[in-house]
Amino acid sequence: MSGAPPRAAPRPAWLLALGVTAMVAWSLGPALWQALTAIKPDAQITRVPTVYLPQPPTLEHVRRLFERLPFEAYLANSAWVATWAMLLCVAIAALAAAALARMPGPGRLRLLLVLLFISLFPPILLLFPLYEGVRALGWINHPIALILPYAALNLPLAVWVLESAFRQLPREIDEAARVDGLAPIARLWRIHLPLAMPSVVTAAILVFIFCWNEFMLALTFMTRHDAKTVTAGIASVGSASLFEIPWGQLSAAIVVATLPLVFLVLLFERRIASGLTRGALKG
Amino acid sequence: MSRGPLIAKDLVKVFPDGTRALDGVSVSAAPGKVLTLLGPSGCGKSTLLRIIAGLEHATSGSIELDGRRLDDRAPGERDVGFVFQNYALYPHLSVAANLGLALEVRGVGREERERRVRETAERLGIGELLARRPAQLSGGQQQRVALGRALARRPRLYLLDEPLSNLDALLREDMRAELKALFAGVDASVVYVTHDQSEAMSLSDRVAVMRHGRVLQCASPLELYARPATLFVGTFVGGPRMTVWHGVRDSDSLAVGGVRVPVPAGLPGGPRLAVGIRPEDVIVSDGPLRDGLEVVRRLAEPLGARTLLTLEAGGQIARAMAEPREWPERLWMAWPQNRLHWFDAETEARLEPGGGG
Repeated sequence: MSGAPPRAAPRPAWLLALGVTAMVAWSLGPALWQALTAIKPDAQITRVPTVYLPQPPTLEHVRRLFERLPFEAYLANSAWVATWAMLLCVAIAALAAAALARMPGPGRLRLLLVLLFISLFPPILLLFPLYEGVRALGWINHPIALILPYAALNLPLAVWVLESAFRQLPREIDEAARVDGLAPIARLWRIHLPLAMPSVVTAAILVFIFCWNEFMLALTFMTRHDAKTVTAGIASVGSASLFEIPWGQLSAAIVVATLPLVFLVLLFERRIASGLTRGALKG
Repeated sequence: MSRGPLIAKDLVKVFPDGTRALDGVSVSAAPGKVLTLLGPSGCGKSTLLRIIAGLEHATSGSIELDGRRLDDRAPGERDVGFVFQNYALYPHLSVAANLGLALEVRGVGREERERRVRETAERLGIGELLARRPAQLSGGQQQRVALGRALARRPRLYLLDEPLSNLDALLREDMRAELKALFAGVDASVVYVTHDQSEAMSLSDRVAVMRHGRVLQCASPLELYARPATLFVGTFVGGPRMTVWHGVRDSDSLAVGGVRVPVPAGLPGGPRLAVGIRPEDVIVSDGPLRDGLEVVRRLAEPLGARTLLTLEAGGQIARAMAEPREWPERLWMAWPQNRLHWFDAETEARLEPGGGG
């Protein structure tokens, strides 16, 4: 190395700060408003002129929410369904992606495009056939009625993410593992998945978020209160009272439903160790 | 433990795009011996190695090792150790795990495995590095781990694909000597791929020179140097390169530009011939030489032990390894008749005076 490359003229720092502030405000603004509403006393929510900061903040809405509805059951159901759907989806996608990543010829791209094409259909097309199937199998109010469709609907996304990660792994590492006698499944488990861990975690989190947020199937298939997931549960917050919209409780429900996702992402963001493949190859 | 040889017969490899990477290749490697596949890039040497490893399938032909047919076996069932050009270490595993993985897969018990990994690592001088990850190692150390991965499993066959090409020149020379000593101690066959003729010469018991998917000559390094079977082998093996003059034969001499080279009696072949002379066989002198040519010095490259001269005579260029001293502008060159290599210019095949060859 001889000397550092010439640097581009430095942009003013305030421009960057302005851009970042605008972007954060744009994306977090609504969430912040929601969070503030969740801890605002009822009287202040609808008052004109608008009260921005709750005085004093209250946890009354959250308390009422858990009192009126089995909200902890909703959360548990969502966690259960999303976790299993995520595991199933990533497991199947990993198998498909490992095969696709090393597939010779034009077949690879064609199959990937077919997957993409399938994922373009609006899920509402599937609602009625799925409902018939779920009812025929007696799976109404059973988590498997959500787990299987969730895993299937997210397969294209997970396959795309994992396939591109696997394809970038040096082919020679694969071959070394073959010479060392690792069977295909063992190669996937011991070589591909650990080396592509950042992408695996990314795919898993994306799938988990989709499953957690899915509403239509959850509302249709889960009719009993104790079987509902959190999105369907939020819907029953509003419909539970006839003469007014309980804004405070709705906001509280939304915040409570979102917090687990925020924690999940924060937790794994630190775990996504990048640069794992450094040192695999020389030259 | 006595082992059988590796025998590859009539291997043909045609890639889907129609490229004929191997065009009927047969080679064999005796146990405990080093066979080197030598050739320019694209000659099919790496393809041959990968077919032996089972990473590619031959279009036709057969491979046998130690009396077992290998053709239908997966790479992991062939009992071969492979050293990749870019090492292909498992970046997420420690050095010890890199060395031990194949043993683990083959069901070698934990204690035996650890003992063998330690033993191999000590032998390669990487005993201190067992807990490290590949990214924490220097290029030379990674190279050793790649070697160790093949050695630790004590395979029936070692396959090495240009293992030294990523090392710098100094390290390469050290490692070459170390490899030679290492190979001397194993009773399995070694197949070694390289495009570096000096590496091939120094390491091998036998060298197969390949070009365009065919083996041109398979012989010991000395035989290869002394009696190259084709013009290509002659110019590819030995450094600096052999000087080759093309010319037309008339009665008892070859007309090469303004120079006439006497053709030995009874030399077969057509009217167009090529004659090769190695720079180290050329004799140069300040004064006239018997049967010599007066030449002009175009270039003098001091190499230390010798000085490489580029000489011109009658429009023809020749190179000569001469004493390391100052040479005048005009000097004389000659060569011993029996050090000339004759080739048919059309077929490029070696011609031997006194019939056949």
